[in-house]
Amino acid sequence: MTTSLDEPAGMISEPPLKVRPVRRPGRWVATALVAILVALLIRTLITNPNYEWSIVAKYMTNEAILKGLLVTIEISAISMGVGIVLGTILALMRLSPNPILSSTSWAYIWFFRGTPLLVQLIFWFNLSALYPSLSLGIPFGPTLVSGSANDFITPFTAAILGLSLNEGAYMSEIVRAGILSVDQGQHEAARSIGMSTSKVMRRIVLPQAMRVIIPPTGNQAIGMLKTSSLVSVISLADLLYSAEIIYASTYQTVPLLIVASLWYLIVCSIMMPCQYYIERHYSKGSTRELPPTPVQRVLAFLRRHRLTQRKAVP
Amino acid sequence: MTALVSATNVCKYYGAHKVLDNVTLEVRHGEVVCLIGPSGAGKSTFLRCINHLEKINSGYLEVAGKLVGYKREGSILRELNEREASKQRIDIGMVFQNFNLFPHRTALENVTEGPIHVKGIDRPEAEKRARELLDRMGLGAKSKSYPRQLSGGQQQRVAIARALAMDPKVMLFDEPTSALDPELVGEVLDSMRDLAGQGMTMIIVTHEMKFAREVADMVVFMDDGAVVETGVPDALLEDPEHHRTKTFLSRVH
Repeated sequence: MTTSLDEPAGMISEPPLKVRPVRRPGRWVATALVAILVALLIRTLITNPNYEWSIVAKYMTNEAILKGLLVTIEISAISMGVGIVLGTILALMRLSPNPILSSTSWAYIWFFRGTPLLVQLIFWFNLSALYPSLSLGIPFGPTLVSGSANDFITPFTAAILGLSLNEGAYMSEIVRAGILSVDQGQHEAARSIGMSTSKVMRRIVLPQAMRVIIPPTGNQAIGMLKTSSLVSVISLADLLYSAEIIYASTYQTVPLLIVASLWYLIVCSIMMPCQYYIERHYSKGSTRELPPTPVQRVLAFLRRHRLTQRKAVP
Repeated sequence: MTALVSATNVCKYYGAHKVLDNVTLEVRHGEVVCLIGPSGAGKSTFLRCINHLEKINSGYLEVAGKLVGYKREGSILRELNEREASKQRIDIGMVFQNFNLFPHRTALENVTEGPIHVKGIDRPEAEKRARELLDRMGLGAKSKSYPRQLSGGQQQRVAIARALAMDPKVMLFDEPTSALDPELVGEVLDSMRDLAGQGMTMIIVTHEMKFAREVADMVVFMDDGAVVETGVPDALLEDPEHHRTKTFLSRVH
């Protein structure tokens, strides 16, 4: 090869060189080990009779379980929605130059992040012990609506209160991080075309902040789905609690826990692609060209495959 | 002719540091004024004060006969609330050193954002006008591109179109070519030259002495937060009176 510079003509007649990739024996060993472990796991799942898969299959579509699933989805979705709105308000308060607003927000976050959610849930459920009657009216003025706290605080409302007030504290930090991630120049440019502060937030800053806000919010939403199972302590019949009620009488603990877990997994698997597409929506303009979605990638692969096949036929 | 922008003894402090020291300046309708001077001289700060992005600590700043950011009621100066201050900014266009285009909106949407959402103009009409402005900036084919898909020079021209879409009475340029590669400076300066030719009142902070000389009606040399010297470009740039101006010019030429 050292002579190739001196003999350019000789290079041309040389046959093309073969490239031999690096050998990676370690990878083969690791692959074999993992394959064995997976095979063992699958074998025990199938052969161990204690899993009682027939019971799992039977209860997957049990009416109580499905009702519980609906409750789980309902309280998770409502609490997450309220949490996001509350979090945005708290974040804006926290960033406000008004010291009363920002310190109120700080204190809220301090309290709700600093006490266990389980305690908060039980607290809201027992609110009537603290305030036997609740009323809605003008402060220091006439009362408009009033009633017993026991009527208002059902397990459902206590669950929503506990989960969403707690979620608001976490979401506010996520929204605040998003707002702070937007360059100061964006605020200035928006103000320079005459936008009011609220419009700057709504039209320029928040849509850009969403790119930073969405991934941790997805985390929170998936977390909320499972954290909501804590409401079984205030005897709200969510997915887990419904499973518990069943196995309390049938003693089929493991299969029913599997039923609940499978449903949590299924809902979670539906949520993940949703997050992907929401993220994509808000990343408009963030890169020169967005990478293709997994679906687009598969379609492109199929198209390429079909084209090459067609070419090969004639 | 009366002054469109007039500053009288404007002072501004950052803590104890005086960034603007009794700046007095008048810009008449249709005039092009270039602010030059070393960095840290307060040129950009002064420009931002005109747009009320920064507050002044004393003195008067008027645009089109109205105090910027304040209202005189008898012997009281009442600070304008956010809404009133935003309304004032409509008349004052601003172009930034770092473009500050909205990255999540296309070039066309950047230009129509203000007309539609601040002025309340119908979308079709705003888009028609935005297309005209982008055409004028030589960017007719780029209206659907996002800022990150454009070169620096193209982005800055979109930013100029965005400011023009609000039909401002005066345009402020804060070092519009300082963040650009040398070969892209020319296209932005050309657009600004056209604008000056059409009679737009412009206040430009710049380090482009050749451009200042060619386009400006008046050049203002600032140093240490104060106006050191003011004059027509040929006189000021060729034969400055003040030694500080001389030192600065000898360094940039």
